[in-house]
Formats: sequence, C-alpha cells, structure tokens
Amino acid sequence: MTEQSLQEEPLVVRGKLEIPYKQFVGSVASKFLIEIRDNKKIFGMRCPECNRVYVPSRSICPKCMCRMDEWVEVSDRGTVLTYTVVNYKEPTHPVEPPFVYGIIQLDGADTGIVHFIAGVDPEELKVGLRVQAVFKAERQGSMLDIKHFKPL
Amino acid sequence: MADRVGIVAVAQTKFDQKREEHLTETLVHVTKDVMGQTGLEFKDDGTGIDSTVVASQDYFGGPGGIHMHYAYTVGAYRRPDERVEEDGAFAVAYGAMQILSGHHDVVLVVGHIKESVCSKNQVENLGLDHIYGRKIGLDFVAAAGMQAMRYQHKYGITPEQCAKVVVKNRTNGKNNPLVMYANGITVEDVLKSEMVADPIRVQEAKPVPVDGAVAMILACEDKAKKLTNKPVWITGMGMCYDHHELGYRDLADCDSLVSAAQMAYKMAGIKEPAKELNLAEVSDHYAYQELLWSEGLGLCGKGEGGKLIDKGTTSMGGELPVNPSGGLLCGVPLIVAGMQRVAECVLQLRGEAGGRQVSGAKTALAHGVEGPAGQLHCVITLEK
Ligand SMILES: [Zn+2]
Repeated sequence: MTEQSLQEEPLVVRGKLEIPYKQFVGSVASKFLIEIRDNKKIFGMRCPECNRVYVPSRSICPKCMCRMDEWVEVSDRGTVLTYTVVNYKEPTHPVEPPFVYGIIQLDGADTGIVHFIAGVDPEELKVGLRVQAVFKAERQGSMLDIKHFKPL
Repeated sequence: MADRVGIVAVAQTKFDQKREEHLTETLVHVTKDVMGQTGLEFKDDGTGIDSTVVASQDYFGGPGGIHMHYAYTVGAYRRPDERVEEDGAFAVAYGAMQILSGHHDVVLVVGHIKESVCSKNQVENLGLDHIYGRKIGLDFVAAAGMQAMRYQHKYGITPEQCAKVVVKNRTNGKNNPLVMYANGITVEDVLKSEMVADPIRVQEAKPVPVDGAVAMILACEDKAKKLTNKPVWITGMGMCYDHHELGYRDLADCDSLVSAAQMAYKMAGIKEPAKELNLAEVSDHYAYQELLWSEGLGLCGKGEGGKLIDKGTTSMGGELPVNPSGGLLCGVPLIVAGMQRVAECVLQLRGEAGGRQVSGAKTALAHGVEGPAGQLHCVITLEK
C-alpha cells in the first residue's frame, strides 16, 4: 500500500437496517391499550396471590408466576417515583430534547409506569410530584396515546 | 465433575477507536495471544482447546452477523462454539460451567465489540419491550438517569460523591496503558460538564464509542496447573436477572445484584466480602453505579455507597480498592466490560498489573452487568 492510499479515508461499507415488523401485543396489553384509546382509562391487573396491581399490565405476576385475570381501574393521577431530563437527541425519541421521562406510580397501582412528564418548570420537578395523565386527542392504541403526565 | 476452574491466560486489546482495523484482525490478535501464552491449539482429541464461548452483540455486527467472524478467522470451526448475547462476565461463567459439568477441559472465552460501528443508544432501545418501553424511545442512558435520580433521592447520595468515583477511576487509569480516557479530572470539572440525563453528566458516563476485545483460556484444575505456574482460580459465580420493566422494581436498590453476589459468596465460602476481598473490578458504566453496585455486592451497607467513596476505602491504598484498572469510565466497550473486569482481576492476582498493582492481592471480585438500570448481574470471585 502506498503512502498516498494510506492517507485516504478508510473504505467503509455503509448500510441501514430497516426491518418492518408487526407483533400481536397479547390480550392483556390489548385491553390495557384499548381502554386508553377508547375510554381514556388506565387499567392494571391484580395478582390473586400477592394482591399487587401491575401497571403497565402483564398477564403473569413476576413474583408469584401465576396468571392474573382481575382487571382493576387505577387513577390517571399518580406520584413521580423518579425522573430524568433527557438532553440528547436520538431517532428513537418521539419528542425533541430536552424532555423528561418519569416513573409514575398511579393511585391504586403497586408499580410504576415509565412515561413523559411535560408542562413542568425545571424547579418544580421533583420526586414525589403529583401528576395526571394527558391523553392525545387522536388515539391509535399505543403507549403514545398518553401524551404525557402534567403536574396537578 | 471437575474440582476447580483455573484461568490460565488472558489478553486484552487497547481500548480505542479501531476505525482502520477489521474486527477479524482484533479477534486474531487476542486469540493468538492467549494461545501463545499456553501453547494450546484448537484440537478435537482432548489435547488442546475443546470449545469456544464468544460474547458480543449482534447489532454491532454492522448490523447482524457479528458471530460469523470468530470461528473462521481463528480456525475454531468444526467444534463446539457457543455465543453469549450479553455482558462478557456471563460468558466467563458459562465457559467455567462447561468445565465444571465435565463436558470440556479447556475453554477459550472471548468478548468483543466495536461500538464505533453503530449507535449504542439505538441498539439499547431494543433492550426494552416493544409495547411499552421502546414506544416511548427509552434507552439505557435515560434508564440510568432515572436510577441515579432515585438512588440519590432515597439514600441522599450526592453529586459530589458520584463525581469522586470519576476522579478516582480516571486517576487509577493513568496506570493502565490500555485505556484512552484516563486523566486528571477534578470533582469541579465533572460537576461542570454537560448534563446528559439528569443527574448524569457526560463525564460520569462511560465514554462511547470504544472498540476492543478480551480473550482468556479456562481449564480444569489438573490441566490448569500444567499450563501455567500462575493459575487464577474461579472460586464463586452468581448470576441473577430482574424484570426489564423499570417501574416494577425500586431502582435505588439492586436486588438482583444482591442475589448474584450471595450466590457467588456461598459458592466461594466468603462470609464478609469487604474484609475477605483484596480488590474488586466493578462495572461502572455510570459513576453512580460503582457506589450502588458496591452496596449490592455487600462491600458496604445499603445506602452507604457515598460514605464508601468519601472514606477512601475504595481508592488505591484503601482497604478495598475498587477498579484499580480505571474501570469502564476510562473507556471499555460494553459486553467486553464484564470480561475485562475478570481479566484485570487475573492480572492483579498474578502480580502482573504493573503500576495499578494492589500489593499482596490474593482474592478479587469481578462484576458484569447488562440491561436497563442494572437488570441482570454476574459476579465472579477469584483467588490465586
Ligand atoms: Zn403475585
């Protein structure tokens, strides 16, 4: 290899992986997402053994390994367990930075749901903040049908 | 069943951006190195390396097909060749299990990643489920931000204490010729650096992208003793998974690490890790994690990670140095991360750690982690 060719940019192969996929969300997530889409209501599942209410809902209690089939409506209001202000940009982000992710324990649930917190002053943002879900006007049966949580 | 598993050779690349080195060259480099140290070759008659276990991450293959490169490059085909799609510490444990189960006597374990191939954050978004987590664009940096916030809130861990981890590790790294990001950064510099995911600042996160590989050879006890006069023994191993749904656990506590550590300590007969271990190499993907993982490993009490760094216990010259190598904060690729912790422990126990040597080290702990906010952990204890 000559010195000249070594000074060139290294030869690279460029590509982009785009594999469209679709996957059944399952009967439990279907109900969870459909209630949000059609009724702006948030439901969790209660475990018959440990009594915990899981939001977002899943069919199996990860503590007891039993099937859950009792739907419980939880509040659209809750408490921020933790949060972070995201200051970097990625194509995976549905919103522009800076934005806030939080884990919110809804009243009536024993677990937290990860979502956006918006409409909040930086000084106001804290663990323990009371928030309420804001639903999108146009809803499609996705986690993004909740636009974000806003301070109460 | 074999008595003990010994690590008889380790090799590491420099950890930097290998833009002009094809992955196969990196793999040949570390593989030839450990083969040269032991004189072992790939054999199918029980006189050489019986099997290989390779840890990497398929999306960093360009993407896809990352695992096609290993066997053909180093001539390890037509033999058992397993893949681990998670942190390299798990690959070491699986390799050791192949020996403990009696299936193989000598196993070559490799971990490799070129982070420079594609976006780590986009790949890690795929580590969340496709219904809830992925849809909102979550990735491991944001998950770490929420964990750090929860940890600081629940236990009163301060930003200064987290920044001290960066200062300690970047200083330690000056004695490690293989890392690129060792420097004389101060607490003030760290706390002035750009906020990435509140409360995590850019200097508190593992530098990205970094490329590199680690290889090691594990052997059953009698072969280990013949292959080297400085075998390092795996005394304990423990692994534990937690739920990937961040809101299903309290992120300020790392229950799965507690379980993994207890499993390893039980196997090793370790009762008081803080007293019995001479050093630990802990996966500090983010500064707060060294403190939180130290709690999970039982190196201090719950919520006492901040005090641990304040007291200087984990500094070089302290009672229990943590990350004498400089840790991941000095720039080590993901996946390679946990295996490189093991490799550094091996060098320490062989007395070959150069300027970062912990004098008289007889026992060490290596820790690997994977998944959002420390979902799964692997703990390996070692002795000479
Ligand atoms: Zn249950």
